[in-house]
Amino acid sequence: MTAPGNEEMEEDQEVVKKFMNIIRRAPHGTIYTYEALEMILIMGAFEQDISVAFIDDGVYALVKNQDTSEIGIKGFSNTFRALDGYDIEKLYVDRESMEERGLTEDDLVVGVEVVSSEELGNMMKEQDVLVPH
Amino acid sequence: MRIGILLKEGPYNHQAADSAYRFAKAAIEKGHTVESVFMYNDAVINVSNKADPPQDDRDLFKLWSELGSQGVDIWACIAASKRRGISNEVLGENCKITGLGTLTDIAMRVDRLVTFGD
Repeated sequence: MTAPGNEEMEEDQEVVKKFMNIIRRAPHGTIYTYEALEMILIMGAFEQDISVAFIDDGVYALVKNQDTSEIGIKGFSNTFRALDGYDIEKLYVDRESMEERGLTEDDLVVGVEVVSSEELGNMMKEQDVLVPH
Repeated sequence: MRIGILLKEGPYNHQAADSAYRFAKAAIEKGHTVESVFMYNDAVINVSNKADPPQDDRDLFKLWSELGSQGVDIWACIAASKRRGISNEVLGENCKITGLGTLTDIAMRVDRLVTFGD
C-alpha cells in the first residue's frame, strides 16, 4: 500500500517520455504524413522528449520548393521548419533513404541530423513511444 | 501492464481494426489493462453509428461499443473526425470524441502504446 502522501507526490512528478514519430510516406498521395504533422505539433505542447524520424519516402516531406498547386492540396513542407518553435528540435533523416532518392541535406527545408539506419534503429530502441505514420 | 492502443485504419478496408480489437480482447483476457483505444486517420470511421454491415459478417462498430461498455475508453480524434463526417450526432455508444492531447496523455500514462495500421 502506498501512503496517500506518496501517491500525491507521484502524481505531481513530471512524466517525460521519449516519443519518436516515424514519417515513412511521401507528403502527398495519402494523408498519413499531414496528419502525422498535426499530431507532432500537439505532442510538442506536452513538454515531452519528442523526435521525428524520416525514412523511406518520408524524406520527401522535407524537400524544398514543393509546389502543390496542380493537385489542389495545401502544401505543408514549410511547417516542418516551424517545429523548433514547438520545442521539437530532434529531426533525423535516414541517410540511406535520402541517398537512394538522390537527395542531399541541401535539398531539405530544415536542418536535420542525417543518421545511418543502424543509428536510427538504436535510437528507436531507446524510445518509450514509437508512432509510425 | 497498462496498454493504450492507437488505431490508424478504417474498418473493413484494412484488417488493422480487427487486429486492434482482437489484441485488446486478448490483452484483457491475459489480465492486462487496456485503458484506451484512440482512433486516428480513417480509423475514426470505426465510431460511427450509421454503419450497417451485412449480418453474416462481424460488426466492428458494435464490437467497439461493447468494448467501450467494458471500461475501455474509445476515443476518436476530433480533427480527423471533422474531416470525415464523424461528429457527436453520429457517434456510437460508449465512444467519445477528443483532441490529440488525449493521445499524448494516454501515451504518457500507459506502459505501452501499441499502434495498428498500414
